[in-house]
Amino acid sequence: MSPDLLKLIFGRLGLESLPLHEPIVVGTFVVVALGGATLLAGLTYFRLWGYLWREWFTTVDHKRIGIMYMILGIVMLLRGFADALMMRGQQMLAFNGSEGYLNAHHYDQVFTAHGVIMIFFVAMPLVTGLMNYVVPLQIGARDVSFPFLNNFSFWMTVGGAVLVMASLFIGEFARTGWLAYPPLSNIGYSPDVGVDYYIWALQVAGVGTTLSGINLICTIVKLRCPGMTMMKMPVFTWTSLCTNILIVASFPVLTVVLALLSLDRYVGTNFFTNDFGGSPMMYVNLIWIWGHPEVYILVLPAFGIFSEVTSTFSGKRLFGYTSMVYATVVITILSYLVWLHHFFTMGSGASVNSFFGITTMIISIPTGAKMFNWLFTMYRGRIRYELPMMWTIAFMLTFVLGGMTGVLLAVPPADFVLHNSLFLIAHFHNVIIGGVVFGAFAGINYWFPKAFGFKLDVFWGKLSFWFWVVGFYLAFMPLYVLGLMGVTRRLRVFDDPSLQIWFVIAAIGAGLVFLGILCMLMQFAVSFLKREQLKDVTGDPWDARTLEWATSSPPPDYNFAFTPVVHDNDAWWDMKKRGYQRPLTGFKPIHMPSSTGTGVILAGLATAMGFGLIWYIWWLAAVSFIAMLVVGIGHTFNYHRDFDIPADDVIRTEDARTKLLAGAK
Amino acid sequence: MSRLKILALLPLAVALSGCNYVVLAPAGDIAAQQRDLVIISTVLMLLIVVPVMALTVLFAWRYRQSNTSARYEPEWDHSTKLELVIWSAPLLIIICLGALTWMGTHLLDPYRNIGRIHADRALDQSRAPLDVDVVALDWKWLFIYPDYGIATVNELAAPVDRPINFHITASSVMNSFYIPALAGQIYAMPGMETSLHAVINHAGTYKGFSANYSGAGFSGMHFNFLGLDDKGFDAWIASAKSVGGSLGRAEYLQLEKPSQNEPVRRWGTVDSELYRLILNMCVETGKMCQSEMMAIDAKGGAGHQGLNNTLPLAYDKYARRGTALGPEPTFVAGTCTPDAPQGRTTASITAPADTAPLLGAGLKRPTFTPLKSSSFFLGQRPKSDS
Repeated sequence: MSPDLLKLIFGRLGLESLPLHEPIVVGTFVVVALGGATLLAGLTYFRLWGYLWREWFTTVDHKRIGIMYMILGIVMLLRGFADALMMRGQQMLAFNGSEGYLNAHHYDQVFTAHGVIMIFFVAMPLVTGLMNYVVPLQIGARDVSFPFLNNFSFWMTVGGAVLVMASLFIGEFARTGWLAYPPLSNIGYSPDVGVDYYIWALQVAGVGTTLSGINLICTIVKLRCPGMTMMKMPVFTWTSLCTNILIVASFPVLTVVLALLSLDRYVGTNFFTNDFGGSPMMYVNLIWIWGHPEVYILVLPAFGIFSEVTSTFSGKRLFGYTSMVYATVVITILSYLVWLHHFFTMGSGASVNSFFGITTMIISIPTGAKMFNWLFTMYRGRIRYELPMMWTIAFMLTFVLGGMTGVLLAVPPADFVLHNSLFLIAHFHNVIIGGVVFGAFAGINYWFPKAFGFKLDVFWGKLSFWFWVVGFYLAFMPLYVLGLMGVTRRLRVFDDPSLQIWFVIAAIGAGLVFLGILCMLMQFAVSFLKREQLKDVTGDPWDARTLEWATSSPPPDYNFAFTPVVHDNDAWWDMKKRGYQRPLTGFKPIHMPSSTGTGVILAGLATAMGFGLIWYIWWLAAVSFIAMLVVGIGHTFNYHRDFDIPADDVIRTEDARTKLLAGAK
Repeated sequence: MSRLKILALLPLAVALSGCNYVVLAPAGDIAAQQRDLVIISTVLMLLIVVPVMALTVLFAWRYRQSNTSARYEPEWDHSTKLELVIWSAPLLIIICLGALTWMGTHLLDPYRNIGRIHADRALDQSRAPLDVDVVALDWKWLFIYPDYGIATVNELAAPVDRPINFHITASSVMNSFYIPALAGQIYAMPGMETSLHAVINHAGTYKGFSANYSGAGFSGMHFNFLGLDDKGFDAWIASAKSVGGSLGRAEYLQLEKPSQNEPVRRWGTVDSELYRLILNMCVETGKMCQSEMMAIDAKGGAGHQGLNNTLPLAYDKYARRGTALGPEPTFVAGTCTPDAPQGRTTASITAPADTAPLLGAGLKRPTFTPLKSSSFFLGQRPKSDS
């Protein structure tokens, strides 16, 4: 075939794009391919495709979508953590003239992929998944406001993850760092497909995130059950509301800045080039106007989880509910006024730098108030040390350290000596692992019985907890030390042999965290096998306080047979205290949304379009774009969007629960 | 203040002795003041962090479920007094820290001329500061001493106790100029100039490097910074002079091509215009300097016709640029002067034979070079006739 024809069909994709010269990648590919083939064969053998498609892929049930988000987050955690282990290994070995085992071409992709995956495809899905699962239950709703949109959002996030994973085996990923600063990420210095993978993975996933933000805002604003005024909402719902407001207000900035970068890369505009009046500094500002709110998008829901967990396991009302809510709102607003602290060293004047430094410090006031609120929730409580509470205590001790180093970095002259150093790396891992990841784990252990009807195994959970916590400290405290020795980030080889010991300790820490992850997977497996022993029929295994515990575990499709009426911000606690009787008669048909495959199809087309644009396969991009429009418009003619669960079904479900509850007593 | 400092340093010093904590024990006054701020801020924050951590452990222990002797008040959820404390305590600390930040940021602004040589030595007005032009290249550092007419790669020297004024730019991508022992870092960016004012107080050899990832050769992008006494510095200058060689525009264009782990190089003479040309991204003759462009724009610009004042770009730092759908890569042609007739490019510069971008060591280069670009948007443009 003529080269022109090949180019027309395959763009710049060719056999040489496969990284066959990288033994590590080839090895990974073989393992992944074998694992994938086994999985697919298993699904086919057990005839699960139809079940998966009907009950999961096309579902619009917020609970199932929430669970799928969590699965996505945990799967991507394995990939992102594999990158972390590779970096720790490289930095541990590359001393005394050794080049380590990763060349620059590979290593630079690894640290870029690690950052991108951990933020966009681990932390975001975990947080979104928990919000998706819990928020409608907490506010007594039957689903989110826009159930189809929810399904579509999820699959767009998956589409982004698929593109990132594809870059491992087809072509390469960006070698620019996780925020892809130009000019390095512009066409002149990164002409290959890596940055294009980065752009389109984030653009596809970003659509999902933005839409899911809109969806949850509407849900919280419009679908609260009667009696639940704003100031009676559970704190997790409050933090979710603020997080989604942040998402809706900041993700469009990311979309625009990446769109401008792609214009630079595809059609030769000069937004961020050196020549022709372009300004890379504009990119740095814009990406951080999204990027700083992003860290609060991640951490606010975690704050909400800790609030729920602390008051539940202390057996006590949350101390200072009102100040907790105001603290959340203040953080939401202030998170927009601090972005410049990520680049004090870019040469702004002293007044600008001090303004942004001081606004950053001001955020620590509401954050500190929250910390005290949790403390005084524990004060005069009866604290039960179940797994969620253990994660919470670990968070409280770890997060204050990370917060302290964060405020330190907000002092511009201090930042001049610590910026981009391993001290900075230690800081943000300290707050993201100590805050977001510990929070997600607290949330998983807390709400797992709600989602599946049985508790998680405590032994493996504790093992995982201790490996994670000890591993975290071993992995990141040395990085603080190295930062004070003036060691900068993203280095591949080192000269000074006296540094090696610290990297060895950090690598050991990463190894322990790896064991922690394995123990967590074991925890899931063991809990599944012991599900009869760990079973909870009450629906309220923790003697908890908010509405999601009022219904069965797992909740029926319709969540609540009757929409609850709320009189207190600890609604379920209040109901229990006042002798709430579950209604046993008078059930009516329940109006529910229907499943649809449109979300999967649209997201699949969007992913194909992204792939076409990455590899300059223009026909593929054009065809999938047009197909997307056709499917999208076609879906507006779908009139089978809802159905009624017949009253008989509701009665059957509720009667079954009545029997279970009677048996439990 | 200094007693506080020593107290705070004491446990650190014990725990960390034997390693080189350059950020905590720098050799330059600016870095020392920045270190002081790091320590004072940390101590201020520990005032609240330590009690919080202690209370967390205390409450977690005391109010455990098995301790039934502890008070249990499940409905207690508000106390105005406590609320006042928990909001005002952090607020007070932040007010102190904010004041410190405002002062410190202004006093230690890298653009500000230094006000003293050392905590106990005032500025000697008779001693002119040393000017150094710094250029971050892929992946090495070029230092030009305009007062001495010499240039070096990957080696920087300065006399002890003499103020240094750095003018910093870059040739291609963003880097960050950082000598931890001397002063905090500042970005080096193409087409832009940042400044740093600093002074070194102790003779010695210190590490300097780029603190902002800049591509494949980033790890090797470090240099030695020599703090020398006056005599030693003069000798260092003289030795550079004696090396001879001249760094002009043509030599610079060869130098700026990507290379990794460069050894130290010196030039006895240097084109006095070179730094200005680098900063304005017009070392290649025939390319319009940014300063000229801005001057034209300030007077209203060249109008629509300005679009035509471009030439096709035959060579760029990494490779020939070209976007998939965009026009041919171009640059703005310089205005015609007798020594630089329009369209003439530096004679000795030839495009690299292999235009593929530089990749990591030992790797095969991908064969997918950027596609031949079409004149997609602007249509066929008349090339400048020269």
